[in-house]
Amino acid sequence: MSLQVTPDGRLRHLLTIDGIPRELLMGLITAAESLRSVALRGNKKLPLLRGRTIVNLFFEASTRTRTTFELAAARLSADVVNLDVAASSTSKGESLLDTLATLEAMHCDMFVVRHPESGAAHFIAEHASEGVAVLNAGDGRHAHPTQALLDAYTVHRHKPNFSELTIAIVGDVLHSRVARSQLRAFGTLGVNELRVIGPRTLIPAAIEELGARVYTDLDTGIADADVVIALRLQRERMRGAFVPSESEYYRHYGLTAERVALAKPDCIVMHPGPMNRGIEIASEVADGSQSVILEQVSNGLAMRMAVMSHILGARVPQAEFA
Amino acid sequence: MSTVLIRGAYLHFGHAGIERVADVLFEPGRVLALDPEPNQCRDAHVIEAHGRWLIPGLTDLAARLREPGATHKADIRSEAQAALRNGITQLVVPPDTQPVVDSTAVVELILRRAREARGATVHLIGALTCGLGDETLAQLGGLRGAGCIAVGNIGRPVSNSNLLRRALQYAASLELPVHLQCIDPWIGAGGVAHDGRVAALQGLAGIPETAETLSLARDLMLVEEAGVRAHFARLSCARSVTMIAHAKARGLAVSADVAMPQLMLNEHDLLPFRSEAHLIPPLRTSADRDGLRAGLSAGVIDAVCSDHQPHDADAKLKPFASTEPGASGLDSFLGLGLKLVDDGVLSVAGWLERAALAPRRILGLEAPSLESGAIPDFVLVDPDFERSLSAGNMLSRGKNTPFRGWRLRGRVELAAIADRIWIHEER
Repeated sequence: MSLQVTPDGRLRHLLTIDGIPRELLMGLITAAESLRSVALRGNKKLPLLRGRTIVNLFFEASTRTRTTFELAAARLSADVVNLDVAASSTSKGESLLDTLATLEAMHCDMFVVRHPESGAAHFIAEHASEGVAVLNAGDGRHAHPTQALLDAYTVHRHKPNFSELTIAIVGDVLHSRVARSQLRAFGTLGVNELRVIGPRTLIPAAIEELGARVYTDLDTGIADADVVIALRLQRERMRGAFVPSESEYYRHYGLTAERVALAKPDCIVMHPGPMNRGIEIASEVADGSQSVILEQVSNGLAMRMAVMSHILGARVPQAEFA
Repeated sequence: MSTVLIRGAYLHFGHAGIERVADVLFEPGRVLALDPEPNQCRDAHVIEAHGRWLIPGLTDLAARLREPGATHKADIRSEAQAALRNGITQLVVPPDTQPVVDSTAVVELILRRAREARGATVHLIGALTCGLGDETLAQLGGLRGAGCIAVGNIGRPVSNSNLLRRALQYAASLELPVHLQCIDPWIGAGGVAHDGRVAALQGLAGIPETAETLSLARDLMLVEEAGVRAHFARLSCARSVTMIAHAKARGLAVSADVAMPQLMLNEHDLLPFRSEAHLIPPLRTSADRDGLRAGLSAGVIDAVCSDHQPHDADAKLKPFASTEPGASGLDSFLGLGLKLVDDGVLSVAGWLERAALAPRRILGLEAPSLESGAIPDFVLVDPDFERSLSAGNMLSRGKNTPFRGWRLRGRVELAAIADRIWIHEER
C-alpha cells in the first residue's frame, strides 16, 4: 500500500519520486506542457482550483521556492496562505504534530511543505487528516520531487528520447535532495546512463545501487554527456571537511566552458539554483548558449501547476507538445 | 502461597544434565525437590504443565528501565515486573541513566527501587568515567562496593583513548569486568542509519561500519594490554564478529553480545521512515545480519540481549532523525528467541545458552539449579502459544517496537526468581 499513489494510479500526495510509475511521470510532463502558456503569461488565470486553499508550510526559509509554489497556486485561482513556521511556533517548542493540527483546523486542501529533516513530508502525510494533500517542497536531504519533475520536463523539451541520453550530475550529491529525486526520476524515465561526479566525500555510500555510475574525475565523467546538471555546494561543507576550499573545489569540479566542451556539442547545462558562480559553475557557462537554467525556473511554475492540479483532481486541458 | 508444584513439565536444564519430563516442587526463595515424593506435595498449589517447557530464567544483558531521569517513559517497577512476566528473571541496567551511575547514591537508589519492584532481579553496570564523560575515572571500587556487577561505558563512548587505557588498567587491578560499547565519537557522529543503500536513498545521515570496527579495534588493543576481562556490547557489523573471533583465538578474555533486533531486521526495515526501526547502533545490511546470526550460532557472540529501550509515544512521533533511537524489547525477547530456533540459527539448548546461561557467566552469576535448596530461577513456557505482538499485549510501558504485528510464539505461564513468583492469571 502506497502512501502517495492511490490504487487507481493517481497521486494522493507527492512526497518522493520513488515508486511513481513512468506513465504518471510522463502524464505530469504532458500536463506541464499544456499549462506552460498560462504559466508564462501572468495576466491569465485558469479556474482549475477556484475555492481551494493551499498552505505553504515552510519550516526552512526559501523565498524562491515558496514564490514559485505561490505563483503556481495563484495561476490556478487557489487561495494561498504562506506560513513561515521556521520563525514562529516550532521555535516556541510546539511539536510538528501540534502545528499540523492547528493548521488543519483551518480546513485547507493542500500543504506545500518544506522542512530541514529527511522524512518530514512523509511524517506529515501520515498524520494529516483524510483529504488533505501533502506536496513535498524539499525535506532534508531526502527528496525534492517537483524539482526533479521540472528538470525531467526541461530535459524532455530539449531531448525528448530519454532512452538515448547520458545525464551527468556534478557536485554535492550527498547533501542533495535534488540529486536523489533526479536519480529516481531519470531512472524511471529510462535514461540510458546516469552518472554522478564528485569527490568521494560528497557521494553517498551505495549510490551505485540507485543506478548511478560514480566518477571522481569531472573530465572523464562529463565526456559525451547530453545533459550536465551542476549542484549547489553549500558553504558549510568546508567546515565539515568535505572539501578543503571553494577554490580547490572549483579547480576540480567547477563547470567551466572547457569542461562543458568535453560533453556532446549539443549538451544542455542545468542547475537547480541558487547558483554559486565561481564555485560550482562558471558565469560563462551559467549564462552561455547551452544553459537552460532560466528556462528551468519557468518550467518549474508550469510543473508545479500540473502537480497541484493533478493531486487536487482538476482536469488539465490537453494541448499538443509544441 | 506456600509451595508450588509444577507437574509434568519438560525440563530444559541440559546444563545441569536434566532434559526430561519431571515435577518440580518449590517455595518462595527455595527449590524443595525435583521429582518430589507425594507426601511432600500435600498442600502445594499444583500447576499441570502438560509437557510445557521449564527453562532457566532468561537473562538480559541490557535493559533500560528509565529511572532515574526519564520516568515519563518507564520506571523500575513497570519494567522489572514486565521483564519477569516475559520470562526474564535477571537483567542488567546500563549506566546511562540521568544522573549516570557514577555515584554510590545512584546505585543504592536503583537497587533499592528494584528490590521494591519485586520483579526481575536487577543488576547494575557502573560508569567507567565520571558522568560517562571524557575526563576522570569514576570511583570504580566504590561502585562495586555499592553493588555494581561490572563497570562500563555503555551508551556513551570514551573518546579519550588515554583515559580509557587508564580506566581499563584500573579496572583490571580491581578485577572488575568491563562492558564496552564500541562507537567512534567522530565517524558517523549525528548519523541515524547505516551508511548504505537506504541512507543514500532516504537522505539520512549515515553511520559507516568503521564507526564500530575502528573503535572495536582500539578497544581490543587496550583490553589486551590491560589484561582486563572485557565484554563487547551490541555488535552490529559482521566484520566485528570476525574481530572478536580473532581476539578469542589470541586468547583474550573477551565476550560479546548482540541485540535481538540486529538478528531479525536490516536497514531496509527503516523504509520509508519507520522511527520504530531507528536504533543505535543502526540496523545494517542483510549480510551483517547474517554474519551476526552465524557468529551467535558459532558462539563467537556469546549472548543475545533485548537492548530494551522503552520510550513515550512522543519520542517516536517526529521526522525520523529527530526521533529518539531504541526499541522496547522485553515483550519480544522470548518470542524472537524461539524464532531463532525456528529459523535454524540455534537449537533450543543453544538459545538457552545464549539467552540465559552465557549472560550469567559474563556477569559472574551461577547457573540456575533445580537441586533442593537452590534459589528458584526458572520459567514455565508454553512454546506453542502464538500471538501477534501489539501495543495492547505488551507489558512494558514502552510500546515502541519494530516487531508490531509479528506472529511470535511462546507464553510465560510462570516465572520464579528467588522469593518472587509470578503465575499467569489463567493458571
